[in-house]
Amino acid sequence: MALVLNEEQRLLAETAGEFLQKQAPVGALRALRDSRDPLGYDAELWRQMAELGWASVILPEDAGGLDFGFSGIGVVLQETGRTLAASPLFATAVVGASALLLGGTETQKADYLPQVAAGELTLALALEESQHHRPHHIATRLEKSGDGFLLSGEKVFVLDGHSADALLVVARSAGETTSRDGLSVVLVPRDTAGVEIERTVMADSRNAANIRFTGVSIASTQVVGTEGEAGHWLDDVLDRGRIAMAAEMLGSVEEVFARTVAWLKERVQFGVPIGSFQALQHRAASLQAELELARSVVLQALTVVDEQPQQLAIMASLAKATLNELARHATNEAVQMHGGIGVTDELEIGFFLKRARTAMQIFGDTGFHKDRYATLCGY
Amino acid sequence: MEDLDQFREETRQWLEANCPASQRLPNTPEEQYWGGRGGSFASEDARVWFERMRDRGWTAPEWPTAYGGGGLTPQQGQILKQEMKRINARTPLYSLGLWMLGPALLEYGSEAQKQEHLRAIVNGEFRWCQGYSEPGAGSDLASLQTRAEDQGDHFLVNGSKIWTTAADRSDWIFCLVRTDPHAKKQEGISFLLIDMASPGVSTTPIELISGDSEFCQTFFDNVRVPKSNLVGELNQGWSVAKALLVHERKLMAEIGGDSPRKEIPPVEAARRYLDFTNGRIADDQLRSDLVEYEMRMHAIGLTHMRSFEERAAGIKGTVGLAMKYLGTEAIKDKNELLLAIMGTRGLGWEAPGFTPEELDTTRLWAMSKAMTIAGGTSEVQLNVIANHVLQLPQAPKAATES
Repeated sequence: MALVLNEEQRLLAETAGEFLQKQAPVGALRALRDSRDPLGYDAELWRQMAELGWASVILPEDAGGLDFGFSGIGVVLQETGRTLAASPLFATAVVGASALLLGGTETQKADYLPQVAAGELTLALALEESQHHRPHHIATRLEKSGDGFLLSGEKVFVLDGHSADALLVVARSAGETTSRDGLSVVLVPRDTAGVEIERTVMADSRNAANIRFTGVSIASTQVVGTEGEAGHWLDDVLDRGRIAMAAEMLGSVEEVFARTVAWLKERVQFGVPIGSFQALQHRAASLQAELELARSVVLQALTVVDEQPQQLAIMASLAKATLNELARHATNEAVQMHGGIGVTDELEIGFFLKRARTAMQIFGDTGFHKDRYATLCGY
Repeated sequence: MEDLDQFREETRQWLEANCPASQRLPNTPEEQYWGGRGGSFASEDARVWFERMRDRGWTAPEWPTAYGGGGLTPQQGQILKQEMKRINARTPLYSLGLWMLGPALLEYGSEAQKQEHLRAIVNGEFRWCQGYSEPGAGSDLASLQTRAEDQGDHFLVNGSKIWTTAADRSDWIFCLVRTDPHAKKQEGISFLLIDMASPGVSTTPIELISGDSEFCQTFFDNVRVPKSNLVGELNQGWSVAKALLVHERKLMAEIGGDSPRKEIPPVEAARRYLDFTNGRIADDQLRSDLVEYEMRMHAIGLTHMRSFEERAAGIKGTVGLAMKYLGTEAIKDKNELLLAIMGTRGLGWEAPGFTPEELDTTRLWAMSKAMTIAGGTSEVQLNVIANHVLQLPQAPKAATES
């Protein structure tokens, strides 16, 4: 049954929820922000998460993985969304791991995946080159040079870009700047000569970086899969990332909405709880209805990754667009319904508001995915 | 799982062998069989199809066999629906008795009432209509004023009901009536079954903005009703009514695809009525509206599936309560979208100059406005979600449905 959690997934969700409430509540993100933590996440927390197997949920057993698939990682991400836990989980265990799984050679998989599974190797996908998600609009060049290549270009909004051990850089081997053909992905260790990393501090207090590559020497063994062929699998990696991000956003929305409803019951004005006012009741009820839709969409999308790959693209766009809109709406309503306290930094609602805006931009905003869904449907 | 696979295989074979070819074509309103004393079949095939389904208990697949139902489990019932849909088999019997009254009788009726009415419903002997709303009692249903006075061996009923669908063609009506005028609103209401042939019952059709007049106002003038027609306890009709409303809302949430009028699916309408450039709809606004609608319907479809899977897994979820609101609002959106896509060709009222489908589009648009009013307005649905799912405190004085 795809749309109802099985026993294994329920247990995973419960364990994850308890662990994160204790080890990585929203207050932990606040502490990282206030102390300007150089790493941007708690390395000890990540070690514990890896010990619980979270770095390897989607990896096959022969790579040291749990092999629970996306339905498994989905419930964990939902819980990390609930507490806004900062960690390499998304960039490494979902996006990086998927890139190596789908695009890597057997040697690369054997070399890197066990390290990922153990939480010893963190990754970051260096994809974007502008302020909007344009996955095939790649000007970064990968040019032949002797036995290997030279990599040159500039990347922005690289999630975990300043903290990851290695970067997966999307670059162009051939073709027009907007073409899906001719793309390559190369694995670049962070301390390689010619790599300049500039950490960016963004509204959500999570990790991102701008990265410049100037004539970086790349050995042919660093090319993930075959040179110029990444276009065949990159979209599938991004779709997995979109669906995973939608799961994280669902957790955040559930949490921010639960806090809002609790506040409506608690806050008294005019001698009654404000939740008794119909103007607020109807807005809350309509959010509840939207949340029901979002739950179904995310559960189905996670299942599709594991079981119906032919539906992957359309479900990824449906899930990301649905959660983008709901996250925007739910966080705005949360601030408004909390009133004055809603715009203070003391209340944690602001953290959810800010994270939602960043998450909405990751791998495609609403307009991007509406357009893609329509195109996939032939209109 | 294996048993279900076998059931699917047997059902598929039986349907293939027993559903006449003509009964696999789309149904027009004139061809629907609604049963009742005045009911008639549009064709011999329709009669044969109905009788075969009836004899198998499959006009009411999930009712107990003791009352003429099919005795299927919910999973089997779902498979039957899917297999019927697969070959476009027509619904053999349209009936408010099947969809609404029956489930309430199964829960609240006396054994004698179940014996008297359930098999008759399965067999399509009587056509039923619903008497809930009154001219002065719409969303505030509990303020209803139609009175049933205890006269010893019978009730004497006086008052009037509105939005009684097809009352002029129905044999029986299930009604909410006030049996204790002094009790607090919900507490003095009873659930009563009334034979429309009783002296003192009369009906007047109501014309709608769509030009249709499916609905009537029904009047009761000193109508004598046997006491054995009371369903559930005296003054406890509100619980029966609430149970029945759940069935009505579920029905309305699912009804979209079953409209008798020919409807152009929005994507198809876009291909016929809009310009395309390089495979894309040229009008960005309409393209955006269309994809938003399509994505929403995709999400609603998945949510129906989730709701079903939750029920099958024995999980008491909260999804169902939102579906009437989401489903009917989406239908209204669809009809507005179709009008926008078709431009002036979506506004024809009568022939000539428009195709029958175009004319249906206009009428369906007008009809769709009732979807978010009938069976509990969207605003009442939101009250229900706020109070029962979110457990927000009751509004101090505002009207709420409890």
